[in-house]
Amino acid sequence: MEQAFFLLLSAVAVGAGLLVVIARDPIHSALALVACLVQIAALYVLLGAPFLAVIQIFVYVGAVMVLFLFVIMMLDVRKEAQARFLPKAPLPGLIVLVILAGELIFLLLQSARLHAVMGPGQPVSEQPPVAELSLLLFQEYLLPFEVASVILLVALIGAVVLARSDEADKNAAQRKAPRGAAR
Amino acid sequence: MEYVLALLPMLVKMAIVVGVLLLLPLPLTWMERKIAAHIQQRPGPMRVGWHGLLQPLADALKLLTKEDHIPAEADRRLFAMAPVVALVPPFLVFTAIPFGEPVQVFGTEVTLMLSDMNVGLLFILAVSGIGVFGTILAGWASNSKYAVLGSLRSIAQMISYEIPMGFSVIGVVMLANSMNLSRIVAAQEDLWNVVVQPVGFFVFFIAGLAEAQRIPFDLPEAEGDLGAGYHTEYSGIRFSLFMLAEYLVVVMLAALNVLLFFGGWQGSPFFLPDTVWFLLKIGFFVWVFMWFRFTFPRYRYDQLMAIGWKVLLPLSLLNILVSGILML
Repeated sequence: MEQAFFLLLSAVAVGAGLLVVIARDPIHSALALVACLVQIAALYVLLGAPFLAVIQIFVYVGAVMVLFLFVIMMLDVRKEAQARFLPKAPLPGLIVLVILAGELIFLLLQSARLHAVMGPGQPVSEQPPVAELSLLLFQEYLLPFEVASVILLVALIGAVVLARSDEADKNAAQRKAPRGAAR
Repeated sequence: MEYVLALLPMLVKMAIVVGVLLLLPLPLTWMERKIAAHIQQRPGPMRVGWHGLLQPLADALKLLTKEDHIPAEADRRLFAMAPVVALVPPFLVFTAIPFGEPVQVFGTEVTLMLSDMNVGLLFILAVSGIGVFGTILAGWASNSKYAVLGSLRSIAQMISYEIPMGFSVIGVVMLANSMNLSRIVAAQEDLWNVVVQPVGFFVFFIAGLAEAQRIPFDLPEAEGDLGAGYHTEYSGIRFSLFMLAEYLVVVMLAALNVLLFFGGWQGSPFFLPDTVWFLLKIGFFVWVFMWFRFTFPRYRYDQLMAIGWKVLLPLSLLNILVSGILML
């Protein structure tokens, strides 16, 4: 039963991932990405980590993808997105694809470290309590947590500064023009 | 065979929940029209059935038989997908909502909820957050300026109000020491959260109104300036799917208000079963939402954003701080 669900979810996830790349309309790509992320959240549920699944939906589907769609709709990037990234894309693209796929397959088959990570996990009998996670986050890993939040804050302020300076210039230009005309 | 037997209660519960939710908008539309009418001192629908009770059925027949119109410039696949996408999150939310204490049926214990998640509250907030995708799809696929404007407004509104909504329930989670909805209800056995967390309730209720896009926050479908907003181009059965989703969101918010702040099924008078009492409370909140709709005017767009970011967000943060200090 669990395996059947895993196969279903991962098949849909891979299909949606392909669609992200293939779709011509950026909105369709973004929606396929949404579908892919939801499947991954479902996989987390299957692994017995509902908290992670909910956060995945919250952050990626609910916030990041909505912002993506918002930007795509505001900017109307349909034409730009259809222009080819490389003029003669198929051949170099194919070569890079083969190399990357080869590396991945090699790693999966050979790497001892990867197998050490993926080693047989303990079956999850009960839903792990959220309290433990918060204790880890706010006691043992407090410093990385705080550093990450500061980095995010800096990025936020940087974005605001970049957006504001543009707007201030534009407003100044707009304000000057009518005054000159009146005189 | 044993496997099927183990799944049977779950299937029955799912069938009941889905069936009730699908039929619920019929009485709710009648209720909404009657409330509107009586607030405005007119009788409302009177002709189809006793006091217009069969009016929703007549409306449903009309919507089903209407022409299914798709604009020529529309993105046909997305246009067809949007109403279904809008319908999924409200149904999904009800998998995590408990309807009462576990009961004994034929000697086995049956929980009155579909899935007892330890992060139930978080799940509900996350899933109701993805409800915006139906609106985005509808607005984009219609390829019409009113629809796009409506869906842009609705995205901005839902992103802004999700934040105070999420923060306002943190006080409740702190009091209950759990994000499990059954435990939150159990924690309110002596005192309902609305007494301890009045600010949390205030913020949650208003943010909920905005999330459901009901008056006074219904700017995405302001009929005066946007036609009908994101569903301007929809007709017939597809339109009615959007209406179904909207009513379900209202019921979901009423249920959340009751579960988080009004003690869920606690405090039932001696003659009422817990579940009935819980449903009555939900009905009361649905009525409050409808009463608001015909009492308040609509906010302007900048006022909407100012309320969300400058009033509700600081209030909800302050609420967390004060509850934390008091609990320590």
